[in-house]
Formats: sequence, structure tokens, C-alpha cells
Amino acid sequence: MTVSNLKQSRPDTAKPKINWSRVEEADNFAKTVKLYRQGKYDEDSFRRFRLQHGAYGTRMTGDYAMVRIKIPAGEIYPNQLEKISQLSEQFSIGSAHFSTRENIQLHWVVLEDVSEIFRGLTEVGLTSREACGNTIRNVMCSPLSGVCPDEEFDSTPYALATARFFLRNPMVQNLPRKFKFNFTCCEKHGMVRMVDVGLIPQIREVDGTTQRGFKIFLGGGLGNKSFVGYQLEEFTPEEDLVYTSMAVLRIFDRLGDRKNMARNRMRYLVNDMGWEKFQNLVLKERAIVRATQSVITQLEVIHTPNEIKRPIRITDESGTSITDGYARWLKTNTVKQKQANYRSIFITLEAGDITASQLNALADLIRDFSSEGKARFGFVQNVALRYVHEDDLPRLYSNLLESGLAKSGALTMTAPIGCSGTTSCNLALTNSHRLAKEIQRKLLELKFDEDDDLSDSSIKISGCPNSCGQHGIATIGFFGGGGRVGKDMYANYQMSLGGRSDGDTMLGLTCLRVPAKRVIPVILKIIEIFKQNKKSDDTLQSWIHRVVNNNEDTEIKSINDIKKVLEPLTIPPTKEEDPDFYLDYGDDTSYHTKTGKGECAA
Amino acid sequence: MRCLTDSGKITTDIDSLRSEIRDKSVRVIDVRREDDYKQDHIPTAVNLPLANLLSDDSPESVLKLMNSMGIDNETSVVVYDDTFGALASRVAWTFEYLGHSDVTLLETTYSNWKSLELESDSKIPEIQPKEHTLNLQPNILATADYLQSAKERNDVILIDNRERLNFLEQHIPGAISLPYRTLATKDKILRPKDDMKRLLENRGITENSEIITYCGSVGTLSGLAYYALKSAGLSNTKLYVRSFKEWKNLQKPTEKQEDASYWDLSAE
Repeated sequence: MTVSNLKQSRPDTAKPKINWSRVEEADNFAKTVKLYRQGKYDEDSFRRFRLQHGAYGTRMTGDYAMVRIKIPAGEIYPNQLEKISQLSEQFSIGSAHFSTRENIQLHWVVLEDVSEIFRGLTEVGLTSREACGNTIRNVMCSPLSGVCPDEEFDSTPYALATARFFLRNPMVQNLPRKFKFNFTCCEKHGMVRMVDVGLIPQIREVDGTTQRGFKIFLGGGLGNKSFVGYQLEEFTPEEDLVYTSMAVLRIFDRLGDRKNMARNRMRYLVNDMGWEKFQNLVLKERAIVRATQSVITQLEVIHTPNEIKRPIRITDESGTSITDGYARWLKTNTVKQKQANYRSIFITLEAGDITASQLNALADLIRDFSSEGKARFGFVQNVALRYVHEDDLPRLYSNLLESGLAKSGALTMTAPIGCSGTTSCNLALTNSHRLAKEIQRKLLELKFDEDDDLSDSSIKISGCPNSCGQHGIATIGFFGGGGRVGKDMYANYQMSLGGRSDGDTMLGLTCLRVPAKRVIPVILKIIEIFKQNKKSDDTLQSWIHRVVNNNEDTEIKSINDIKKVLEPLTIPPTKEEDPDFYLDYGDDTSYHTKTGKGECAA
Repeated sequence: MRCLTDSGKITTDIDSLRSEIRDKSVRVIDVRREDDYKQDHIPTAVNLPLANLLSDDSPESVLKLMNSMGIDNETSVVVYDDTFGALASRVAWTFEYLGHSDVTLLETTYSNWKSLELESDSKIPEIQPKEHTLNLQPNILATADYLQSAKERNDVILIDNRERLNFLEQHIPGAISLPYRTLATKDKILRPKDDMKRLLENRGITENSEIITYCGSVGTLSGLAYYALKSAGLSNTKLYVRSFKEWKNLQKPTEKQEDASYWDLSAE
């Protein structure tokens, strides 16, 4: 043995249970890129191939790709974070981007290097396969599944099993359009009515025995036109989960619109057909699927419980002094688990950005603090460390501070979502990404994260109408477009109010257009009029909910009344009065709209 | 004269270096700062902080440095640093340029050497000066003028080894981006040969071309790339040693990635 082999690495507390990768896909991708460059592969077929492997196009250039790495059920392990860190330095821009669907993205990757990223991912069992394209995208699961005090059981193993069943499955390689599954823990933590298939775990008593199953919601989704999903039936037993999924996919595959790219998500099919007809079709199709399986098809659900083991302290400097900001962080970034003495702590990242060194720091923090030895990606470009013992929280906080990951307000309105916007997306009209950061900085400076009235509200921003930033389900939502004064253009956002994704799911209602450089004053004004008109136990969300549903009795009775108050703030100045108004955030040249071809529907 | 680099040997592995040190058959050069060197270093190593070399890297001056470090035409030299091999590469390349071909890079960094708990000491060796002849190798050097005309040729590939963001913001027209981080593995300054070959082949960097590497200012990152390319068998490689800093000072044309504010994705 040579000395080089002697180096001791830090032992991992937990290793991934499922290997999602296949090394031959890296070779195949490299080969195909060469053929494509030699002109032996046509543009359209290559694009489909590239997307199927999780490599998305980049704004205004064919030379770079974005690689979207799937994190099924949001479960990520320390060695995987370290690998992504390394890959981001080698092949990307030294940082990675958290999406709203539990993916992590590497941007500005040279197309010819994509296969090298695949190769690196295989070393840690990850894949980007089917992260883009017309197939089943990453299967999501609530970051609190398994620890949520309100859940009936942990749906994580079912999310993983569903992801495993459909990944590379021939029946989903060429759907009319992309297709999304979200598993959750409970109604409150939501997101099940805003997706093709949404599932809430449920337990039923039948003749004295308990049976596991799900409440399944179908046909929801956010996009250019958004719809709220419908519940299929009272209760779907767990053994029917796979048959129901297959039945829905078969109907979508058969009847979904393959021509009109703009309306070929399943929600349009459900809407055109009418819910009852669609529901009937699903139930019939399920009976057929169940009856025609030559062998009994079941999901491979891994039920081995996770080992919960509090990491051992090597150096225990007991009595860590409580750092400034700890109480604020504890209040706005952590939640009590159903397991006594444990909390889940959330890390908010500005618009989902994380540097290579922060990814490494995160890996160490998981090993040092999480008793389950892994982390969970959340729904809002964030990440959660769970099973942190309450006694370890002060020390964890000071560690987070050192790595710049201790920003407070993770679970409040001060942590907005921003899609990547004009920083890299072909379709974007505005820099939603930067705007989200500017809002977060401002609201934290004003300490709005500590305001209980604002904690259950949300701000979400998309750079175009296509909802990657999920603006439709935000308390205050924005999507980007262009505004014009004479021949001068400026970045402009359509604002909607009152969206939510919990048990009372509804889409936000359009309020008015707000120029990019007026978004922050408008948000502050909304908070101000809320404070003037709220009832004592109101939150911003509950107040807006009443207003948009015309159930409010103070001077602000409707969304129109809010609009009237805000309108003066949105009047564009002339270019001479305020040249900055005509620049988008993060840009020092005059604003103009410029887009390329989208690939969502490719 | 032995030509190890021509025979394909670019790095010296840890075990070989330890036995060469025991046999006293090698001159080890530590390219870190003097303070760090004085604290501890690989036994028998002499110190040549890169700044000392850069303060005057005229051939005559570097030759004097080599002589004072006891290096003659026959001396086997191994260079190491603690900066992923980039500083060591710049020194090695300079020696090569002066006509000393028996120079290799230690396969790993000094930090890694230490973390493996290998021997180190703080003794400063006594050196008998030697005489090296000057035999310049202009074929491994690219000047701005040379680059300007060469890059118009189809068989020339220009490689920018700075980080991707720097490249997107500004680069020499026609260059391709191969960030220095791409060249290394977790504990080696260069990838294994087959790995490196595959990576370069994917990028269309093959032996049919003449290759010129550059980086930000003094040819360190691109020096590492120079050796990475050689390790993959691409020996027709030149280093534009004055790199982008000179190019800009000469007010030569540059190019950027348009229509995207990519820098905002770099989590600041």
C-alpha cells in the first residue's frame, strides 16, 4: 500500500440508500454531443435527448447548458453536496442554484463538459436524468415529512419508491409534456393542489385495523395559466398508489395535447374535459391497469427506519456563548419536530444561490449536527437540517454564521422566491433573481422577519408569466414583463395578491403592474395599509384573503381598493427625472426585452 | 541530457520523491512564501517564493537563481507549492524555458503532504552553487504578438484557464474556457492521464492542434494547464506567460458573453 491510500476521511454518518445514476449515460451523452457537433444529429432530436438527460439550454447561446440535478424527495447526503461543490468549481461558476422543485442546478456549463458532470454524479449516486423534458420530473416530498407534528405517517419512502419506479421507465419517456408529483406531510405544508399529482398521507381504520393510504389531488399546476387540483377520491389505499399513478399517466399519454405546446400540461386536459369525466376515466383506467398486470406490480417501498444518532462531539466546548441574533434565528428558522428534543432548522439562500464553499460547509454541518446524517431540500429554494438536538442549537447557529448560512427569516415572508430570470433563462423578461435578493435584504434590514403578522405570508417572483417562481400561490406574487414610456422601456411586474397553496389553495388575483424599481415601495405600502386596517388577530395573509374574497369591512374592501392606494407609486418618471428607473436590477444598460426559444415544451 | 518531460513524466508521485530524497538524487524546490517555508517543508527542499522569480524573470536572472540552488543541466528537479500546483508549474515552466527539461511537479500539494503525516522539517539545506547553461526553448512561449497572429490560424486552440465567471465577463476573442479547477482531482494537482485525455477530447482539444494557454496575469493557472495538456500527451503547447493582464494593457480586443447577467448567479 502506498502512503496516498492511508489518508483517513471523515466517516459519513449516513450513505444514500438508492443509486439513481448510470455511468453509461455519461459516455452516451459525450458521444451524442460529438455527433451533434459533426452535424450527424439534427437539432430537434438532439435537444430532446439533451433535455431527457437533464441539460437545459442557456440564455442566448448554444455553447452552454444548465445541468439540473434531481434530488428525489429532497433527500441529500453530505458526500453528494461535496461532489456538487467540486463540480460547480470545475465546470460551472463556483456556485449552484436551488430550484423550487428540490433540484440543484449548475449553470454556464460548457455543453461538451456536461458528460463530465454526469460522470461525477455517478460517483455519489445522483442523476439529472429526466430532470427536464417531457417526462416525470423530480418527485418532491415535504422537507418535514417524517418529523411534522401534523402528519399521519411519513410519505418519504413512497416518494422515493415512486421516483424509482418511473425513472427511466419506458412508459414515461415521451409524454405530451412534463409531469410532476408532489408528496407532502400535511395540509398546512401543502403544495399538493398545484401539481399534476399531489399526495397527502392518510390513515384509515377499517374493521379495527389501520390502513395506510393517500388523499390524491390531480390536474393542478402553475404556469402561463394555473389551475387548482381536484381530489380523486376520499381515500386511496397504499397498494393502489402505483396503479393510480399509472392510470393517470396512461390517460395523459393517450389524450394529452401533443400539438399545442402552450396548453399541453395535464391540467388543460382536465379543464377541457371537465373534472368528473376525467375522474371517471382515471378510475376505469385504474381497474384496467390493475387487472392487466401480468405480475403484481408494486412499488418497492423501503421501510427500514433511518438511524437516528446524535453526532458525537470531539471537542465539546460546553456553554457556547449565545451569539447576537440567535433568538431571532431560533424563532424564524426552526420548527419543533414531533420527536421530543429535536428541531428542524431551515437555511434560506438568497434566491437559491449557494457557493461551492458553502456547499462544503453544509456537508460538514450535516455530519456534525443532524442525527439522521442527511439534509432535506425544501419547497422554497431552501434546505433543512433535521433531527438537530435542542442542546446543539446555539453551537449550530454560530457555525452557520461562520459559513454565511445563518440569515434569519427562513420560514417567513422575508425569504422570497426568485427564479433564475435573465441571469440565465431564455424566456425571462426581467431579473427576478436579483429582485428577490433585493427584497430579502430590505425586509431583513427592517426586521420584518420578527413580525408575527408577516410570518405566514410569502413573496414569489417569476421573470416571465411561466411561473417557475410560483408567483400564483404567493400572498404577494410578481411576474415579469416590459413597460414602456414613449420609446423607453423598463422592467415591469404584474402583481397578484392572495395566492396560497395550503388547504385553502387559491391563485392570487391580479392587482396591478408595478415597475421593478417600485416593487419594494409597493410591498412596504401594502404592509402599511394592512397594519392600519388589520383586526387584532390578523396576519397579512388572513387580511389579504378576506380582501380578495370581498369579505372585508374596513375602508379597504376589495383588491381594487388596494390598487387605488398603490397606483400613485407606480407612475413612471421620465428618463431625465430618474434614469435608474429604466435599468433592471443587476444591469447597468438600458432595459430592453429579449428572449430566446423556451425549452420547457421541447 | 535526460528528457523526462518529453518521455511523458509530468508529476512525481509521493513515494518516488521520498526515495529520491533518501538517495539524494533530487533537488526539491518549495515555491511557498519564505515564512511558510521556514516553519516547515519537505526535507532537503530549498525555497524559491514565486515572487522572487517574478521580480525579475529575465533568463539571465533566473539562471543565477538556478545556479544558486545547485541546479546544473543534469539535476533532477521536483517543484511543489500549496496553491494546487499552479505556482510550482510557473517555476517548472520557467526552468524548462531556460533549457532545463528534467523538472517535474510533485503530484500533490504541501497541505496534503502534511495531512498524510509525511516527513517534514525546518532545516535549511546548505547548497553548493552549480553552473547551468542557457538553452532557451522559445517553442514553449507565446508572446502577445505571436498569439495575435497565431490565433487566426485554424490549427491553433487558445485556452483560458481562469474561472468561468471571469471568462464570461471578458476574454481574448476566440478563446475557450477551461477553468484550472477542472484539471485537478480532490487530492492530486492533475487528473489521471486517461481522465484528462477524455476531458480534453470532449472539448475538441487534440494533438492535431497547437495549443496556447493563458490566465489572469502571470501564467500560473495557465502554467498548470500547460502541464495538464502535456500529461495528456499534447506536447505542442505554448504558455502565453504575460496573459490577460498584458493583453488588456496593450488594449487588444476582448469579448464577453452578451445578453445575460450571469454574475448575479455567483452567490457573491
